[in-house]
Amino acid sequence: MNPVSSNYYDFFGLEHKLDLDLADLEKRFYALSRQYHPDRYTFKSREEQQYALDATAILNDAYRTLRDPLARAEYLLKENGFDIGEQGSKNVPPELLEEVFELNMALEELRGGDDSARPALEEARTKFVEMREKIDAELRGRFPGYDQTRDRNLLSEIRALLNRRRYVRNLVNEVDHELTGAAA
Amino acid sequence: MTPIQIDFGKPERVVGIDLGTTNSLVAYMDTAQHPSVIPGEDGDKLVPSIVTLTREGDIIVGNKARAALIDEPDRTVYSIKRLMGRGVGDVQEELKLFPFRVAEGSESVIRIQLGERTFTPPEISSFILRQLKTNAETFLGEPVSKAVITVPAYFNDAQRQATKDAGRVAGLEVLRLVNEPTAAALAYGLDKRRDGIVAVYDLGGGTFDISILKLHEGIFEVLATNGDTHLGGDDIDNRLVHIALEDIHSEWGKDISHYGDAVQTLRRAVIEAKERLSFVPSTRIEFAYKGKTYQREMTRAVFEKLIADIVDRTLGPCRNCIKDAGVAVEQIDEVVLVGGSTRIPMVRSAVETLFRAKPHTDLNPDEVVALGAAVQAGILSGTVENQLLLDVTPLSLGIETMGGVVSKLIHRNSTIPASATETFTTAVEGQRNVLIHVLQGERELAKDNRSLARFDLKDIDPLPAGMARIEVRFLIDANGILNVTARDARTGKEQSVDVKPSYGLTDEQVEAMYQESIDRAEEDFRARQGAEARVEADRILAAVDKAKRNDAYLDLTDEERNEITRALNELLVVYHSDDHLLIRAKIDQLNKVTMKLAENMINTAVSSALKGTKI
Repeated sequence: MNPVSSNYYDFFGLEHKLDLDLADLEKRFYALSRQYHPDRYTFKSREEQQYALDATAILNDAYRTLRDPLARAEYLLKENGFDIGEQGSKNVPPELLEEVFELNMALEELRGGDDSARPALEEARTKFVEMREKIDAELRGRFPGYDQTRDRNLLSEIRALLNRRRYVRNLVNEVDHELTGAAA
Repeated sequence: MTPIQIDFGKPERVVGIDLGTTNSLVAYMDTAQHPSVIPGEDGDKLVPSIVTLTREGDIIVGNKARAALIDEPDRTVYSIKRLMGRGVGDVQEELKLFPFRVAEGSESVIRIQLGERTFTPPEISSFILRQLKTNAETFLGEPVSKAVITVPAYFNDAQRQATKDAGRVAGLEVLRLVNEPTAAALAYGLDKRRDGIVAVYDLGGGTFDISILKLHEGIFEVLATNGDTHLGGDDIDNRLVHIALEDIHSEWGKDISHYGDAVQTLRRAVIEAKERLSFVPSTRIEFAYKGKTYQREMTRAVFEKLIADIVDRTLGPCRNCIKDAGVAVEQIDEVVLVGGSTRIPMVRSAVETLFRAKPHTDLNPDEVVALGAAVQAGILSGTVENQLLLDVTPLSLGIETMGGVVSKLIHRNSTIPASATETFTTAVEGQRNVLIHVLQGERELAKDNRSLARFDLKDIDPLPAGMARIEVRFLIDANGILNVTARDARTGKEQSVDVKPSYGLTDEQVEAMYQESIDRAEEDFRARQGAEARVEADRILAAVDKAKRNDAYLDLTDEERNEITRALNELLVVYHSDDHLLIRAKIDQLNKVTMKLAENMINTAVSSALKGTKI
């Protein structure tokens, strides 16, 4: 029973990179699952069963994180000492100020029972979803650059993008919530 | 005491059990490594999940208990699965529709009244499991003590724990709880040996599950699951019964809904009609009670109109599941149908329309879950190689934070085992305890989710406010059951945690029920042994009685005759004792002292027979 690494990249035997080959990641996940899954330890000692359980829990948590580009980027940022708390996403990004102001007005109207705000909200939603997709593309665009240069400035940029994305995501969720909630 | 047998060559026997709302089954892997369902004593593979307590105090399960539904409705229970892991508060709807007799004083754990006794749902389920265990032991000719039991994928922690408890009370070590649709996929995959994306649509007696899996070289990876633990064929039956009761009320001018026997007879009649309608376009519901009859013609079209909303309720979870799985409908290669209710043509066409694929119906929808459970049992015991199941947790796990808001720690559809670690601290100086409220569900507010348990972190070192750092690890194991451990992050010492489950039994209660069931089993065993000894005593008493009238008896010495009389009287004295060994000892003694008499009688018989031939 060799102790397994609690570092997600190390567990998978991967370099600490932002750009990962998902097909390769899945192959490794299946192979490691076959090795560690509790099903393989049913008639082993209690210690070995616990070991399998703990190892598989880390493996599954690791796979969930690494296969999702955003969670992966957050994980790597954290590894590199960046603070990625929710705090950064609470401040309105300056370039969004005007749109967010208008959105909040529309949300207030809808909450007040004014259904005429609905089309404006739907329009805003489309806009924010597009914005989110643009951020995703920008993020991915920076992954290979970082992997090659290991430039911490790129990580700072990525963190800023992640915060902006989270902010936009929260907006979309809020609009969705109001739109479906009001309809119900 | 039999010495413990250690056989290294043979893998341990593990059976697979489908503990269903309507029927239960037990299956095993045969020598050719094919899953196979084990029939009961009556030859039936399906054991109806019906339990009755006879007036003599015996528990009867299955087909033999079915008649009691009508004859002894107050001593009989069905669909107990609907109550597993639930409190009285959340079954009020159920109680309107099902004839469950909840005993007074039930709160977080329901107790069901059967005659003069009360039982918890896990105990009632344990009776069904015990029957399946006996069936397997009789069939296999060896003791069975380990099992894989299936549960609806959408079962929460308490419902899973209750199922595990039932296994324990039945004397079974539950090696794994497997989700029913996943088990079905295992049986399907073993059958097909083809990679791809498969959806399993499982509409059983009381529960609905939908799971989407990726099959790849023996790996069965669940991508997402969804469902409704209170939706199934029962709902269709209840709808039909309700309509028939109204009809009868207006036709006969009499409301019979409070007569348990009448309702159960009617229920049987509508179920049979429902089943016929899957094969014929029109049928008749016929029902007679106390000399009165009720008849109603029902076409499939009318039937479909009546149940349309029930079928519709399965579609929302399907859509959500497809979304959560991150696949497009076109990517789903096949839909596997599980559960008796999927025989209904309307269900089939609804599935076909939604998934745009013809459903796979080669496998018997009643048996496929049990077969899959047997495959999983084979995986665990190592006889089935290369196959591995990667399942997910159906519901998000979270803790209650300030303002009654839930903070999610493990999201739904995470592959299990899954874990999350959270650090807690104290709010006031010298605080010794921290209470953590754990919930399951997708809603934002704690009150809208399912309360799992309250964990009390005890004996925290007294420190200024906010200085203590207790690291709590939440781990969902491969059964989908939560385990919580805590340690003091400053000292690294294990931190003691007291668990107060919101619903369900404590370990001590389960252990006590198990002991009681063992005691009862021993009592039953002793009773049976006693009865058998008395049968033998009757035989020898009759034989001796007859022999005393034989001439050979008179040829014995006085001493020999006295010995026989003494042994005879001693046997009569112990005849009604419940110590079967004592009865047997006296039988042996009487046998011994009558040996000479028996020999003499044979000689006499032989000589008179010889005499006879001379004539």
